[in-house]
Formats: sequence, C-alpha cells, structure tokens
Amino acid sequence: MKKRFRTDWVSRVFDALLPLFATLAALIVGAVMLLLLKANPIQAYQALWDGAFGSSNAFAETLVKATPLLLVGLGICIAFRGDVINIGGEGQMIVGALSATWVGLTLTAWPGWVVITLSLLAGFLGGAIWGGIAGYLKAYFKVNEILSTVMMNAIAVQLMNFLLRGPMIDPSQAELASKIPQTARLLELFRLPRLAPTRLHLGALIAVALAILVYILLWRTTLGYRIRAVGQSPFASRYAGIKVKRYVVMALLLSGAFAGLAGATQVLGVNYRMITDGSATGFTGSAGFNGIVAALFGQLHPILTIPASILFGALLVGANQMQRAVQVPSALVTALNGLVVVFVVSSEIWRRRRQRRRLAAAGAESESAVEADDDHPKSVKVRA
Amino acid sequence: MISELFTTTVLIGVLASGIRLATPYLYAAIGETFGQRSGVLNLGVEGQMLLGAFAAFYVTLTTGSLWLGVLAALIVGALMGLAMAFVTVNLHAQQGISGIGFYLFGLGLSDLLFQKMLGTVETVKGFTKIHIPVLSDIPGIGEIFFSQTVLVYLAFALVPVSWFVLNKTTLGLKIRAVGENPDAADSLGVSVARVRYFTVILGGTLSGIAGASLSIALLNVFQQNMTSGLGFIAVALVYFGAWRPWGVMAGALLFSMVNSLQLWIQVLGIPIPSDIAVMMPYILTILVLVVTVSRVRGPSALTKPFEREA
Repeated sequence: MKKRFRTDWVSRVFDALLPLFATLAALIVGAVMLLLLKANPIQAYQALWDGAFGSSNAFAETLVKATPLLLVGLGICIAFRGDVINIGGEGQMIVGALSATWVGLTLTAWPGWVVITLSLLAGFLGGAIWGGIAGYLKAYFKVNEILSTVMMNAIAVQLMNFLLRGPMIDPSQAELASKIPQTARLLELFRLPRLAPTRLHLGALIAVALAILVYILLWRTTLGYRIRAVGQSPFASRYAGIKVKRYVVMALLLSGAFAGLAGATQVLGVNYRMITDGSATGFTGSAGFNGIVAALFGQLHPILTIPASILFGALLVGANQMQRAVQVPSALVTALNGLVVVFVVSSEIWRRRRQRRRLAAAGAESESAVEADDDHPKSVKVRA
Repeated sequence: MISELFTTTVLIGVLASGIRLATPYLYAAIGETFGQRSGVLNLGVEGQMLLGAFAAFYVTLTTGSLWLGVLAALIVGALMGLAMAFVTVNLHAQQGISGIGFYLFGLGLSDLLFQKMLGTVETVKGFTKIHIPVLSDIPGIGEIFFSQTVLVYLAFALVPVSWFVLNKTTLGLKIRAVGENPDAADSLGVSVARVRYFTVILGGTLSGIAGASLSIALLNVFQQNMTSGLGFIAVALVYFGAWRPWGVMAGALLFSMVNSLQLWIQVLGIPIPSDIAVMMPYILTILVLVVTVSRVRGPSALTKPFEREA
C-alpha cells in the first residue's frame, strides 16, 4: 500500500513535468541545428535568455509578446477541454482587432475609458462571432471545425485586406499614391495605459485576471462543467441531459472571443493601428498558432498557461537577440515551437499509459476508490 | 472595362493560368486524400510544402538541374511524412495538433534556411512549357490544356491514377479498409501501421512536389511563407471533394480559376475589390461542406489512432 502510494506520486510528478522534457528535447534538437549552422549553441541560448530576461525592458517585451499568447491560449483551454479543435485563432484575432479598431476610430467624441472598454468588448464579440460560426456549423451541420476554422482564417485575412485598402484606410494614405493598407492611428486617449516606462500595457494584467476567471469558469461553474463533460464524452453527456450542441457552440464561441480580445489588445496596447502585408501572420505574428502551443504546454490549464505564455513570449523576444549575437535567424524559434508541439502531443502516450495503470491499480485495490483523472478529454474517453 | 474580361484572349488566358495554378493544390490534396482514406489527417501539409519548395529551389539554383530539385523536394516531403507517420501511428499522438506542430516546424525551418543559405530573393529558370504536337495547335483548347509544364501534366495524370489505385487495386482496398474499419482489416492480416506509413509518406512526398511546383515551375522564386495558406486549403479540398480524386480535382480547379480570374482582374486594372473575389472560394467551400457533410460520410477511422484490443 505504502509502496504503491509512492510510485503513484512519482508518476504524477513525472506527468506534470512531461512538457518540460518536451521543451528540453526541442532545445537539444535546436542545439544540433545551431551546430549545423556553425553557431555556438551555448552562446546562442545565452543570448536568447539575455534578450528575454536580461533587463527590465527585455522582460517587459517578453510580457508584451506573452499577452496575446495567453489570451489565445485561454480560449484554447476552453475549446480543447470541450474536445473542439480551434485552429482559427489567427482569423479570430484579426476580426477582433478589426472590430476594436473600428470602435476606436468611430466613437472619437466619447470619453477615453468608455471607448477602451467598448473597443475591448467589440474585439471580444468579433472573435466570438468568428468562432461561433464554426461552432454552429459543427454542432448543427457536422462541419469539421478544423476545416471551418481554417477557412474562416482565410476569409478574415481577405476581409482585413479589403477593409484596410478600402473603407477603413487611413484618410491621409488614401490621398497618396502609395496607398499603404493601414488604418489611421488611434487617439492617444483610446490606447491601453502603459504600466511602466516600457511598452508593457494594461492588456497583460487583463489577460492574467482573465486566466483566473477562465479557471473559475471551467471548474466552478455549470457552464464550464458542461463544456468539459461534453469534451470527455458527448455520449454520456447527452444521457445526463446536457444539450451537447449548445455547449459545442459555446466552446468555440468563447474560444474565439478570447482570441478576438488578443487581437484587440494588440491594436489598443501595442500597434495603435492596423496594417496589413496581405498575410495573417503579418498582423498576428502567428500568435493564433503559438497560443495553441502555450495552452498545450500549460496542459490546458488556464493558470499554468500563464507561465507557459511567458516562456514562449520569451523565446520569441529572445530570438531577436540570438539573431544579432550568433547570426542565426529568429525563425529557428518558430521551428522549435513546432517541435515542442510535436513532442508534447507525442509524450501523451506515456502519460496515458501510466494513468491507465494507476486506474487499474486503484481499481484492484478497492472498488470504491476509483478516481478519474480529468486532466485530458481525449485520454479517458468512454468507448461508445 | 468589365467588357475587357470577356474577350477570347483574356478568357483563354484566365483558363490557361487557372489550369496551371491548380497544380500545387492537386499534388497536395491528392496526397492528403491517400492519408485520410487510411484514417490519418495530416494538417502539416503547409509545412511539408514549404520545405519541399525550399529544397527544390535551392537544389535547382545550385546544381542547375530541375529534376534534381524535384527529387530533393520529394525526399524532404517523404521525410516529413515519415516523421508524421511515426508520431501518429506509433505514438498515437493527436493528429490535428501534431500537424500544427509540423506546420510550424516547416514554416520556421524553411524561413531559417532561406535566410541563412540564400539571404535574398533570387530566381531560377523553372520548367518551361511543353507544347504537345498537333494538340497544342488547336485554337484556344491548345493553349489552355496542351501548352503547360510537365509538372502540370503529371498533376492531372495523378487524378485518374489515384482513382484507379484507390478503387481498383488490392492496395486501394487495404487503404480503404484501414480507414473504415482498422480492427477488421487487422484481423484479416492487413498491417494497419504499414498501410498508414505508406499513405502518410506518399502524402508527404506529394506535398513536397506541390511545393516544388510553386518554387521551380509556377513562380520560380522562394520566399518566406510563400505558400500562404495553400497547404491548409489542400486539406480542406479533400473534404470538399468527398475523399474522391475527381472531386478533389473539381475543388482544386474552383480555387485556381478564381485565383486566376482575380490575377487577371488586377492585370487589367479593373476596379473590383479583388480581396472580396478571393474570399469567395472559401465561403463556397464552407457552403459545400454544409450541404454535403451530412450526406457524404468520411472514413470512419479518420483521426483515430489504431490500437489492438488487449
């Protein structure tokens, strides 16, 4: 009995550390790639660390980059817990940003804090609509959400290009021949206040507060409970009287809303305008995808997603310093992020195996002591 | 100005470049069809294409041989497919998310290699058009169908070949069985793992060639993120075409024709917001999915890892 308790504890800690091992593995592959590119990995990673945490300014930049990752990641926590794969973060960010920008540029005569609140709300709503459409199509027309969110991403990009070249173009650009596709700048009054003499803005605090709220939503409210129940077993949920379709829509809608908010805070807190190079990444910096990385790394737990976002924000910011120090393009970090995702999802197999062993052991010991680990929706799926 | 669009020369131009632009979609989506028919959703197509595009471009630039370029793209694509197969077949990783991981990996690595090994946008002399004797002399038709590069002909030849392989051969039967009911296939002695390895590596190979068709046949340059979402659309086309090669081809042509039209609208300077036009095929795809999904059923085991019952 005592022995089993000990191994149980060890295996749980091991499970919790799996993402760290995955990152370590990715960094080792990265080191090999650096060596192949004839750069010193230690020097490169040192520069990366300094670039991300070396000064208060660097750390502030890291937090600025972490903010959209956290917001997108919170949405991903909700969606993936509901067993809905939302890869439309890019599009939802764009629509959220467009809505927020439009509010900021339209209500010019209103008081600052009212417009800021309304802009953020518009971003939240814009993203919610964009994600909600995919949710509705999944729930009521069985359209695979991976596909619809990909399509909605592409549509959002074209919508952005159209609006920034036409109806929303900066009036001063409209008169020039160059016609740079960008909006006018937001009034100073309508920007998110800065927190320190750096670029760190209020959005970071909002994101952290929302992380706590999402935690409460998922584990302390009926809505969250139902979303998770549907994620674990839509079959059993239906028998329990849960309207499964409604919660599929809610999961994608909320997920999109957080991504939309991420887009809004980028405009209100960092860029103060929207500008397009024709692609999604040009605006989002791939935060719609990297947010997934952060959430997975945080084991789809909103609170753990906070440090995870900071880690990936740090990688993105530090990459620039690394580029200067050892002349290796910062794109290396994008590749490493991809590897982290692959390694994290691959390592799930060991976690599942041990979980099964734990359940079997618990079941063998006493029938009543069966405990269900609700960490992962996919892993303990009831066989229908 | 709109009337300019309806002259025969412009119409032929739109159709000819539409056929040409369909190539990358075709290679990638046909490859993805094989994977999905066996039960593996590979979302990393975009990453495979980018690495294939870079490999083809770089090898062609340094060796001067276009076919070595294609070979390089093929190998790189196959390796990416191998990695995807290992992760999804042996490690049972969630397919959608591992695909995103491979996408980010390909996006980052191709960008990294581009900056490190090329530095600036260069051009190569890509595949030239092959005018098929007699047929290419037919007015209109000749220019549209029979004056294309070899990669275009191969892409379209791939459609009936894949249809034949999937529907008329033992291999095709095994692929479909593994995608529909892996337990049954397994009990009949078909190796689920081997079939899935085959299809996912084949898919990767074709995605690599899809990338090559961009970088050494269509555009003859390499740039960061030059596929800009094309690989994701290829995945959607498989659903659009209801997992059938001919349906996939119809979808590919829809996207490429709209793109072609939009390019010609820009060339002719017609003041139609082209962004809205480009949006149309995406909206149409969603609508097609809405209409067909409830009637057309995909492979039952799609996205489900196979594990023998203990």
